[in-house]
Amino acid sequence: MSDMNHEPASFAFTAETLEKAKAFIAKYPAGRQQSAVMPLLDLAQRQEGWVSRAAMEVIAEMLDMAPIRVEEVATFYTMYNRKPVGTFHVQVCTNLPCMLRGSDDVVAAAKEALGVDFGDMTADGKFTLSEVECLGACVNAPMMQINDDYYEDLDAASTKAVLEAFKRGETPKPGPQNGRQFSCPKGGATSLTELTFEGGKA
Amino acid sequence: MLRDSDRIFTNLYGFHDWRLAGARSRGDWDGTKEILAKGRDWIIDEMKNSGLRGRGGAGFPTGVKWSFMPKTEGPRPHYLVINADEGEPGTCKDREMMRFDPHKLIEGALIASFAIGAHAAYIYIRGEFVREAEHLNIAIDEARAAGLLGPNACGSGWDCEVYVHRGAGAYICGEESALIESLEGKKGQPRLKPPFPAGVGLYGCPTTVNNVESIAVAPTILRRGAAWFSGLGKANNTGTKVFCISGHVNNPCNVEEEMGIPLKELIEKHAGGVRGGWDNLLAIIPGGSSVPMLTKSQCEEVTMDFDALRAMRSGLGTAAVMVMDKSTDLVRAIHRLSRFYWHESCGQCTPCREGTGWMSRMMGRMVTGDAELSEIDLLEEISRQIEGHTICALGDAAAWPIQGLIRAFRPEMERRITERQAKTRAA
Repeated sequence: MSDMNHEPASFAFTAETLEKAKAFIAKYPAGRQQSAVMPLLDLAQRQEGWVSRAAMEVIAEMLDMAPIRVEEVATFYTMYNRKPVGTFHVQVCTNLPCMLRGSDDVVAAAKEALGVDFGDMTADGKFTLSEVECLGACVNAPMMQINDDYYEDLDAASTKAVLEAFKRGETPKPGPQNGRQFSCPKGGATSLTELTFEGGKA
Repeated sequence: MLRDSDRIFTNLYGFHDWRLAGARSRGDWDGTKEILAKGRDWIIDEMKNSGLRGRGGAGFPTGVKWSFMPKTEGPRPHYLVINADEGEPGTCKDREMMRFDPHKLIEGALIASFAIGAHAAYIYIRGEFVREAEHLNIAIDEARAAGLLGPNACGSGWDCEVYVHRGAGAYICGEESALIESLEGKKGQPRLKPPFPAGVGLYGCPTTVNNVESIAVAPTILRRGAAWFSGLGKANNTGTKVFCISGHVNNPCNVEEEMGIPLKELIEKHAGGVRGGWDNLLAIIPGGSSVPMLTKSQCEEVTMDFDALRAMRSGLGTAAVMVMDKSTDLVRAIHRLSRFYWHESCGQCTPCREGTGWMSRMMGRMVTGDAELSEIDLLEEISRQIEGHTICALGDAAAWPIQGLIRAFRPEMERRITERQAKTRAA
């Protein structure tokens, strides 16, 4: 059960979001509109920052679902926030590949830079810090996700630098923070060096 | 070492244009109409002959899976579902394929859909991959605008639509029947099998679920021929594979290599070797978090393929190689994985729901040695009672890393317990 203190009395999709919702519903066969519950919850969260009970009721109505079925989905998946989060949701991976490359340092640096613990929001409402499971960027570990972007190949200093930049209102460049090219070996490619693009052709 | 001319993912590192024009310059969408014109049986036979085994972890032959679909479309439509819910710790290959080679996946989706008689394919991508989903949607729009997808795709006479469906943070949805439940707008809880998806899948209709990599390699296999693909790798373990090398190596990376490459060669050629040198190696988890670890002596000889790793009581899994050097606290490492499975258990089956928490709590005490020696056997016993007693393989996956730890590093676990007990007595 969520903390009812947060719950607004009503929710309505904006006209623009409603168009997007309709486009999602159209991706599924007639009568299978329930499939759109995940994209619609995501749209509601993008509009409000989190998923309120009122939003779930509107979605249930739109998709002809029992409200409890929508709530089941909203509480099963970790990406739906059932209470407000900061403008920037900082999610640090601590799973094994990140742990092996120093996620302990990233966690400590993030807590220090933001002044909050896991699960907490900063007093100004700008940041929420969360611990998350594997985000699937393991060869660029350790890493954190901030809203829709991944910040990778971090250490304590670059973690702080990224978060301080967000505090100043900047948006640092996502991806590896140590200058490397995505998942290519740091020292330079050991494959795909003699490409003439015949590789894909018969 | 695999030649560049035999590599399929030519834009793995994102050095080149990932959009349609760039993809075409690398050979994607070349002669797709002609491939489709050869017919469904030819495509499935060619995939079978290539020896491609599913790249999502289980290693089931892709062509054989396609052949399980009903030969003709009945009243229920057929569906292709592509599993892009990449979340196995250590694994980050599908992400690179989707953001830098999305057209390989989209072209593969069309060919596979045609081969199994589907007019619609859904790509279920993990929710956190927001940018990767954006690339896929752009690639789909480009392909549709160019007539490669949609009605009469590639002029083949076959109508085919591809849709992207984003997940929302649940590892269990990588299990194919949980993924189908999720795609239907429900909690992602696995279904009992049988019936299998080829009979009763999405919306109760015949469905094939394949991993991203399995689908993305299909167009190149069909263009270059089954004999080309099966000529790479080893018997029963053919072709190329994208490996993810993480942890204590000098240069963590993804790389496409031949199946059956020696593990040591893979690490030394592409990842710059083990940090501090090969002799600093402690253990390696060779195929994602769900497979048991290998000791250093096992790592000396083993080759990276389904059969060789199985013979060592481990597995190729997703080919996610996690390297741990001698500085690693192995008990803590496995405890971290236990916490993960506890967090991700869907709660449907009692042995997994209760057992993953029990194992994680016990592993937590093993880290500090706050346990009795007899509890090592108890931990093993609990893991055996979970393994094989659940609807899906998450229970097994939670059990195996712990069993692997006990098998290979029991003396270390005992040392912590006896040392702590001695300290307590002294105090």
